[in-house]
Amino acid sequence: MSVYEYIVRTKDLSRVYTMGDTQVRALDNVALDIRRGEYVSIMGPSGSGKSTLFNMIGGLDKPTKGTVFIDEVDMAQLTASELAFLRCRKIGYIFQTFNLIPVMTALENVTLPMVFAGLTTDTAMDKGLGLLKTVGLGDRYDHKPTELSGGQQQRVAVARALANDPAIVLADEPTGNLDLRTGKEIITLLKQMNEEKKVTIISATHDLKMIDVSDRVVWIRDGKIERIEERKDIDIQVGQMEGEEQ
Amino acid sequence: MSDSQGAGSVLGEPDRAGIQKQIVLPWSRALQMTRENIFVRLGRSAITASGIFLGIAFLSAVLFGAAAANVKARLDLTQLGLEHEQSELQARIVWLAAMSLLVATVGIVNSMLMSVTERYKEIGTMKCLGALDSFIVRLFILEAGVLGILGSVAGAFVGAGIMMLAYIGRIGRGGVLESWTAPALQLGGTDIRLWLAILLATVVGGMLSIAAALYPAWQAAKMPPAAALRSEF
Ligand SMILES: Nc1ncnc2c1ncn2[C@@H]1O[C@H](COP(=O)(O)OP(=O)(O)O)[C@@H](O)[C@H]1O
Ligand SMILES: [Mg+2]
Repeated sequence: MSVYEYIVRTKDLSRVYTMGDTQVRALDNVALDIRRGEYVSIMGPSGSGKSTLFNMIGGLDKPTKGTVFIDEVDMAQLTASELAFLRCRKIGYIFQTFNLIPVMTALENVTLPMVFAGLTTDTAMDKGLGLLKTVGLGDRYDHKPTELSGGQQQRVAVARALANDPAIVLADEPTGNLDLRTGKEIITLLKQMNEEKKVTIISATHDLKMIDVSDRVVWIRDGKIERIEERKDIDIQVGQMEGEEQ
Repeated sequence: MSDSQGAGSVLGEPDRAGIQKQIVLPWSRALQMTRENIFVRLGRSAITASGIFLGIAFLSAVLFGAAAANVKARLDLTQLGLEHEQSELQARIVWLAAMSLLVATVGIVNSMLMSVTERYKEIGTMKCLGALDSFIVRLFILEAGVLGILGSVAGAFVGAGIMMLAYIGRIGRGGVLESWTAPALQLGGTDIRLWLAILLATVVGGMLSIAAALYPAWQAAKMPPAAALRSEF
């Protein structure tokens, strides 16, 4: 009997990439349950399958085998438009390379998912400006991505991910292209959104700074879950690490 | 309705037919995005439009030449007994027109392919934000249509304009003006007057442009977002 409500569950999840004669098993029978409202970091070295898992959970690619349930709905059963609805309204995406639409201003980037969701222009603008303020870019709404620093672009991406009040924010190496300080700011921002908006955060990363804010850390290697650490275990470890440093 | 937002269930109400599940792209926003795409990537847009421009300029020059030759023949009163020569000229015109359209088509297919492939990542991102495949296709059709029409209209003016200057010495101002209503082309046994032929050429230019964008845009739109996002452009 579980006390948790799971927002994401994967069952026997496998993804095999075939390139010519070679096959890469990027995910190998992954079973992972993610609780509503938690902050989960998916840690692992480069090539361990983090992005592949991100794509599967986000409905951006289809598994070779196994199932992803979002709120107990099997994602493979969704029609194309239901899947688009899910991406638009229920999941926010954050990428290592920010992926803002280059020809659009910060505000236009943030309002685009709201336009897709059917909000009127005025409502979308108001909400978009509010979100940009929340991420500390209230005065930069009219700037194009090229006129913003990496950290600022990632803040716009965070605002955009939150545009339709998603239940889940999925991030793939959100600090991968940022320096130490800016990376920390983004992590803090994500944690703040997690606490204030109760949004579930699932972040693939190999940035150890992320451990501090995570409720759980899922370590993966070669497409398999190696171990899952709970907050209380992490605290002990972080304490030990700090002790060792001194 | 209210639980379709926030941390509620994934698909809103359990029944799957609710209107709140609709994803939309209003025409006003689509047009605004088209305008931004064209202006921000002015270089690429100019290249795309110039393919059509050159093709249609050449085509309307050929058409003008044909119409002006008809006028000249009438002015010279030499059209008697020239049926055979006329039909040979007609065949040559059709051939030239077809060639110029072919050249334009190759050019525009090429630049549409490039303008779609260099935007794979953007297409993938839009799909993450909830865009339907049809939104992607619609945006590219709009852009191709606008560029195709602009290129065609400019091409028609320049092509015909140059020929007007070239012919003014030979058939005079009146002859040049008369050419616009002279037959320029025979299609299925009916004479097509110059102005109509050039108008048709312009429309064909716009259609060619859209047709050229359709296939690459549709290909890119139906890619899984993960694949589109991976591309290095
Ligand atoms: N589209 C693809 N085609 C072929 N191989 C891929 C593809 N995507 C990922 N891989 C391979 O799958 C493995 C896991 O990759 P990925 O999920 O990107 O790892 P990570 O994000 O942890 O660095 C790697 O060996 C990678 O080379
Ligand atoms: Mg990765």
